[in-house]
Amino acid sequence: MQDDRELLLGLYRQMVLIRRFEEASAKAYSQGKIGGFLHLYIGQEGCAVGALAALEAKDYVVTTYRDHAQALIRGTSARACMAELFGKVTGCSKGLGGSMHFFDADNHMLGGYGIVGGHVPIAAGAAFASKYRGDGGVAVCFFGEGSATIGAFSEALALAALWKLPIVFICENNEYSMGTPLSRSLSVADVSQKALAVGMERDAFSCGDVLAVRDRVAVAVKRAREQSLPTLIEARTYRYRGHSMSDPGKYRTPDEIEERKKSDPILNAETQLRAMGVSDAELEKINASVEAEVEDCVRFAEESAEPDESLIEAFNYA
Amino acid sequence: MAKIIDLPKLSPTMEEGTLVRWAKNEGDTIGVDDLLAEVETDKATMEFRSFDKGTLLKKLVGEGQTAKLGQPVAIFGVPGEDIGAVLAALTGGASKSAPTSPAAPTVASVSEPAPSAVAVHSEPARAPAAPVSSSGPAAATVAPTAGVAGLVLLPPKPAPHPVGEPGGPSSPRVRKLAREKGVDVDRVVGTGENGRITAADVERFSSSPAAPSAAPASGSVGAARPADEIKPASQMRKAIARRLVESKQTVPHFYLEAELDVEAMLLLREQMNDGVEKTEKISVNDLFIKACALALNAVPASNASWIDGNIVLHHRVDISVAVAVDDGLVTPVLRDADRKSVSAISAEVRELATRARAKKLKPEEMQGGVFSISNLGMFGIDRFAAVINPPEGMILAVGQARDVPVVKAGALAPGKRCSVTLSCDHRVVDGALGAQFLQALRGLVERPVKILR
Amino acid sequence: MRELRYREALREAMAEEMERDERVFIMGEEVGHYQGAYKVTEGLLARFGERRVIDTPIAEEGFAGIAIGAAMVGLRPIVEFMTWNFSAVAFDQILSNAAKLRQMSGGQFKVPIVFRGPNGAAKQTASQHSHAMETFYAQIPGVKVFMPATVADAKAMMKAAIRDDNPVLIFEDERLYGLKGEVPDGDVVAEFGVSQVRREGEDVTIATWGKMLWQCLDAAEQLAKGGPSCEVIDLRSLRPMDHETVVRSVRKTGRLVVVHETWPYGGPGAELVDRVQREAFDALDAPVLRCTGRDASMAYNKKLEDLTIPDAKTVLAAVRAVMSY
Repeated sequence: MQDDRELLLGLYRQMVLIRRFEEASAKAYSQGKIGGFLHLYIGQEGCAVGALAALEAKDYVVTTYRDHAQALIRGTSARACMAELFGKVTGCSKGLGGSMHFFDADNHMLGGYGIVGGHVPIAAGAAFASKYRGDGGVAVCFFGEGSATIGAFSEALALAALWKLPIVFICENNEYSMGTPLSRSLSVADVSQKALAVGMERDAFSCGDVLAVRDRVAVAVKRAREQSLPTLIEARTYRYRGHSMSDPGKYRTPDEIEERKKSDPILNAETQLRAMGVSDAELEKINASVEAEVEDCVRFAEESAEPDESLIEAFNYA
Repeated sequence: MAKIIDLPKLSPTMEEGTLVRWAKNEGDTIGVDDLLAEVETDKATMEFRSFDKGTLLKKLVGEGQTAKLGQPVAIFGVPGEDIGAVLAALTGGASKSAPTSPAAPTVASVSEPAPSAVAVHSEPARAPAAPVSSSGPAAATVAPTAGVAGLVLLPPKPAPHPVGEPGGPSSPRVRKLAREKGVDVDRVVGTGENGRITAADVERFSSSPAAPSAAPASGSVGAARPADEIKPASQMRKAIARRLVESKQTVPHFYLEAELDVEAMLLLREQMNDGVEKTEKISVNDLFIKACALALNAVPASNASWIDGNIVLHHRVDISVAVAVDDGLVTPVLRDADRKSVSAISAEVRELATRARAKKLKPEEMQGGVFSISNLGMFGIDRFAAVINPPEGMILAVGQARDVPVVKAGALAPGKRCSVTLSCDHRVVDGALGAQFLQALRGLVERPVKILR
Repeated sequence: MRELRYREALREAMAEEMERDERVFIMGEEVGHYQGAYKVTEGLLARFGERRVIDTPIAEEGFAGIAIGAAMVGLRPIVEFMTWNFSAVAFDQILSNAAKLRQMSGGQFKVPIVFRGPNGAAKQTASQHSHAMETFYAQIPGVKVFMPATVADAKAMMKAAIRDDNPVLIFEDERLYGLKGEVPDGDVVAEFGVSQVRREGEDVTIATWGKMLWQCLDAAEQLAKGGPSCEVIDLRSLRPMDHETVVRSVRKTGRLVVVHETWPYGGPGAELVDRVQREAFDALDAPVLRCTGRDASMAYNKKLEDLTIPDAKTVLAAVRAVMSY
């Protein structure tokens, strides 16, 4: 029980950091300090934080353009993340990638990708390499339910099942592929059904309880690590913000969003922590340290230098 | 402390927005993430949610009004706070500009002053911090110029060319112009950048009196030569070609050469022309026409044509005179030359030649000759052999009159000589007959008084 | 004449053609209920219903292929790519099917279909969302490629594309969607393969297409005050490409600068240069120069992005370079 308390405190801090970080980034975006697309994870924190809690350092993570959370959880500093959003050379991709393309090789964060579903085979490739080397590594791939209709998704699943690759496919089903509700983008309500056609193990759950997410993903990770078998998980979640900063999100009602906020993973974790005997003061302390970290990373990003012009072509070739 | 709220960026390409509706009133308390207003951007109508908390003291933009990104739209503060100073600062022109993007219009109307010195050259301005791979095909030949957007794909920098010396670089257009003007471009001194030869340089060179004509220096391999060109032949050219081929292929030519003493004839001509208008002066050719006409009468067998397997003896002396015109030559016929005075012949030849050059001759005026004369003496030709003009039997080629030393009374003396070559159709004129004709001609030319009879 | 925005001109053309021809329908991501990711199709769902304004899942290869199949047997689809970047996923359908069906069936089938969407870099949309994709497609025999740069062209080209019996690709631009311009009244349909002189000049010809037209006109305007006089030509249609208008202009000016957004390696710009040097060699006073994007994927950082795509200053630099000959 004590383990769970410490673990949950850590996961709670990660979730709060993600949320405060993204709120700060939204503000910076509105001030024109961040450009391009900015896809926020706010509301979905329970998914990535719970799932990645089941991983080891040698495992690989691949995700979509909604990638800030995964980088922060894997250990990329808030400074490097915010600097990337600001397009600064101190960013995790030297200011070349931006919001959609966070990369952190040291932390086995293999990137955020902008073409829907295009990254799913990439994750299977990382799993292939782990199996090839026999190093016991596992790959985890996040994607939205909107990816489930893309050819690359189906092909990656087919090959991962055929070649028994150590990978966990996590479909973050936030119910909207941009503005299109699930009912108009998929012929089945449960994305994990896609595993049936290729004979893959599957699971489905919602992400309001971060510890539960950790436990369910751990089963799939164990299956991958010990039996070299893939799993398709449908993780039901919800984003509070639009698809990106430029999405007015009019396809949802305020009532719907307020209802979903009741199963907010951060609120749930607070409730659980209080039940475990964590004091308000302790939570307050965590929140204060997160706020300081976020303030610091914004300041760092603002003060950092822009990449030099010579970096435009510098990485064309190895 | 009052706080100015700016219009936020609500889409990646947003540069301005129209405030569609205020969701809050002045005096309302605003919390973070509260809906403040709805703003129509270039993309959609977006919610403008507050990033700040406080009381909405003043709306600076009315519904339906458009504001630039970063433009102040509201003032937050505490209830009852005096915002006079803040307002004064705003209206005093001290409005904050957009944070990072200077609200430049997306397209067009970017009217920065023309940069007077955008550095553009083909070498990299500085070594790149990271290696630029040479396997990038474009990167191998083109390096970006620091501070200039995109690439300008420039040719390699040319080798410097000494100022004031000919042989500088020139463009395809200038080379074409030079060809058209007959100018050897390698001899032109260029006044353009790096000694480059401009069209004006070629024009100037071409019109200068010292312009050497286009004798290309032998061994000059610099300038590419134009390809051979196909020029459609005119009808006249085709007729000449057909008749000359016919002549040389079907008429068995042989040639007799003689050198005539023309000293007396030139003297006669001088006397005849004395005091005469320039336009009416008699030429050597006029004298030769009359001499040939009389020689034909003296040797009537030589006035003959081979027509359809028969020998036709002519009893008329109609002489064809070769006249050079643009694009070829024509041979107007001088009728009854034996019966006309030299001055009459001279006037008629002049008139025929004028009309020939104007292409005003009638076809019948170029038909029916029995004998032709071709004179290239005025072009400095000493002697040549002409092609017979069928169905005529002979043609006389007259070279220039030359000063030559001659032996007179056992002593060397200056003399005037002129070579003539008689081309004969062997079918009607044999060697001896041709020689008789030349002998008669010599008698007339060397004693020109007989011509005047 | 009425003033419309570029996106409205596109929409109006589609709506008019849908009224005119019942076989025409629109298919794509967020084209219906969401009213279009860039609001080009706004209101069309309400007007024409779900049968003819069809929201697709994210399945570009699938819906592009479905539309091609429908076109083969008599329908006339308009396929919207949310951006042309995403068309890469459907590239095989366009290359191997749409472009080739007529040829490989010996002329039995035709594919009257329109593929359209925004193209090129928007603003800091970074590495995977900033491609000027026309460079790939213009190479394919069997497709036609339109690059509307003006509001009038947006409407007239859309109409021409819908009425054509071949696959026609229209490369729009997010940064032009808000552009206002005059649209002539009546049923104006663009011709394929007709370039247009957008500004007359004497000293140097600038040829370009799409969004870059406005950078070139800006440069020409700046030079109008005392600099060389620039003739600016909008190619408009990259396949078929009307290079003859450019050749005629070069015979007058003797100098040519070709400006395009995408990479320097090959593409329609290099194609134009090839044709001009062959047909107007004797008229050239300077090497033909190209202003292109940098030879790299797009950086997210704004400064680097701005340095990657040519702008009016780049054009000015190139004009000065050709004028030095």
